[in-house]
Amino acid sequence: MTQALALVVAERLVHLSAVDIVIIAFYFALVLAIGWYLKGQSGTGEDFFMAGREMTAWIAGLSFLSANLGSLELMGWAAAAYQYGILATHWYWIGAIPAMLFLALVMMPFYYISKTHSVPGYLKLRFGESSRTLSSVSFAFMTVLMSGINMYSMALVMKVVLGWDINFSIWVSSITVAIYVALGGLRSAIFNEVLQFILIWAGALVIPVMGLIEAGGWTNLKAQIAVRASSEYTHLWSTLGSFNPMGIHWTGIVLGLGFVISFGYWTTDFLVVQRVLSAKDLRAAKMAPIIGGAFKMFVPFIVILPGLLALAVLPQKLMGEAAAVASGGHSYNEVLPLMLARYAGPGLLGLGITALIAGFMSGMAGNVSAFTTVWTYDIYRALINKDASDEHYVRMGRWTTIVGVLISVGTAYLVMSFLSIMDYVQALFSFFIAPLFGTVVLGMLWKRATPKGGFWGLLAGTVSSVSMWAWVKVDPTALRYVALSSDARDMAENMYRALWSWIVCVVVTVVVSLLTEPKPDSELVGLVYGVTPIPSEGNIPLWERPIFWGAIVFVVFVAFNIWVW
Amino acid sequence: MRKGGGISIWFFVGISLLVNGVLILGAGIWEFIYPPANPVVLFRLHANLWWGAVLLLLGILYSLKFSPSRASS
Repeated sequence: MTQALALVVAERLVHLSAVDIVIIAFYFALVLAIGWYLKGQSGTGEDFFMAGREMTAWIAGLSFLSANLGSLELMGWAAAAYQYGILATHWYWIGAIPAMLFLALVMMPFYYISKTHSVPGYLKLRFGESSRTLSSVSFAFMTVLMSGINMYSMALVMKVVLGWDINFSIWVSSITVAIYVALGGLRSAIFNEVLQFILIWAGALVIPVMGLIEAGGWTNLKAQIAVRASSEYTHLWSTLGSFNPMGIHWTGIVLGLGFVISFGYWTTDFLVVQRVLSAKDLRAAKMAPIIGGAFKMFVPFIVILPGLLALAVLPQKLMGEAAAVASGGHSYNEVLPLMLARYAGPGLLGLGITALIAGFMSGMAGNVSAFTTVWTYDIYRALINKDASDEHYVRMGRWTTIVGVLISVGTAYLVMSFLSIMDYVQALFSFFIAPLFGTVVLGMLWKRATPKGGFWGLLAGTVSSVSMWAWVKVDPTALRYVALSSDARDMAENMYRALWSWIVCVVVTVVVSLLTEPKPDSELVGLVYGVTPIPSEGNIPLWERPIFWGAIVFVVFVAFNIWVW
Repeated sequence: MRKGGGISIWFFVGISLLVNGVLILGAGIWEFIYPPANPVVLFRLHANLWWGAVLLLLGILYSLKFSPSRASS
């Protein structure tokens, strides 16, 4: 009887009232209205694919962060916080902040001055067509997969939380995204991302605030977690020398996550870089990732803290997906909706659910608009139809948006067979992103890197990454070579694999470059450090300089890490 | 964002906060007068009441400050 009851409860976590449904419906209406309103402002390629390059630092910065707030952010990391404790915060702090500051202060000038429309576009200018083709094809592939993951996670949440049919959720959200991105292009995606960013905070903030009140403050929360789980769950660094809940050593966190994965993602994943490229001038382009970084530091408050609070206050124990299905209990992935249902009454619940939907939609729109640009400019225009009119490419962009969404829907149905969505996404990152970072950073900072070096380095890095993954899949004992420990969890394996593939990429790029003919300096102007005149910021006061704000963000970042050492 | 007119993104944000604020505050007042049979944890704090009010205030502020009629005048 209890089991039967548990099953019924597990089918639906919350019941929406009329006011909740009105709030959700209003959100969909507003998102579509924004797309409809911006339709008239997306007539040219610059408008449709680059949002007219006229965004302020704030808009570009918030959308830069929001495009990343997909399903992994909200649901996945709250689940990871419940599972592994505060260690999950590394993905927000060391796994993001240094990279965002590096993008802003070191890399952005080259992206911006080169006037590229995409990251593969930069590779074309720096290394030539073959590097661009390799990176644009792998990016397009990765992006639709990510989008599919996003969609599937959302549909799953809606099923668990609200009892909505998976197919209904997938189609309603994807058709909405397809409409507003196809109508207004990148500008519409960015506008909606800013709106989604605000709604995510407005809807999710209630959980940590109420949770901290219930737990009796941070100190009491730590004491309760020590009793119910382990005191290691509330330490960020002090447990990383030996055993810790995640089974990872600090070298993996610092080098694998903090350096390779994070720098790869935040500085070369076109999904996020595209938002910054839409900035109105170089100063705005440099400030945007700094503003994004400042907010990123506080995202753990609405994502990690709810997971930790759940450890202390939830009466039931959460479990893995398989165990939850078998026993009719709740899985880790449900931790955020469970906490929402705990504190949010009518109205607030609708806003919280809207926050979740907004997160999923911003991630999906980010993927779709980046995919559309790369397909249209870096694949279609580069390889298939070189000399069409601007109008033709915009039309192609609109259709690609719709086709991209359809492919994502197909992927969403495929992804259903994977148990651990998070780890799968991490694996994808390290297939493509880590080597790409090696190629881009060498291209920007080392003028001796040659077109052949760039291409072969990127290819060798990507192939080595996929091979290491396949090796462990075929022979699990290989884990002790790839991740330096046979006990490594998936996340640790992904981090080390990213590190190795980055090293392979860099070594191959350097060796091949030294053996081949470099490009003359005159062809590298505007693309590489040392031969590119960086425009002076002029005689502006210190507090208007990006470096000043970058330094402030960095100091706060260090202070946060010491606080929960 | 467009030079020479156009609605700012912050106006859309304002409208969204305003509508959500009205709805959540309304639900909060309703629950205050007619307490539900199965209240949420910490119901006594009436989170929807004060959170709805905060959203409503912010919404009014943003909708007025970035109103299209103000921008074009």
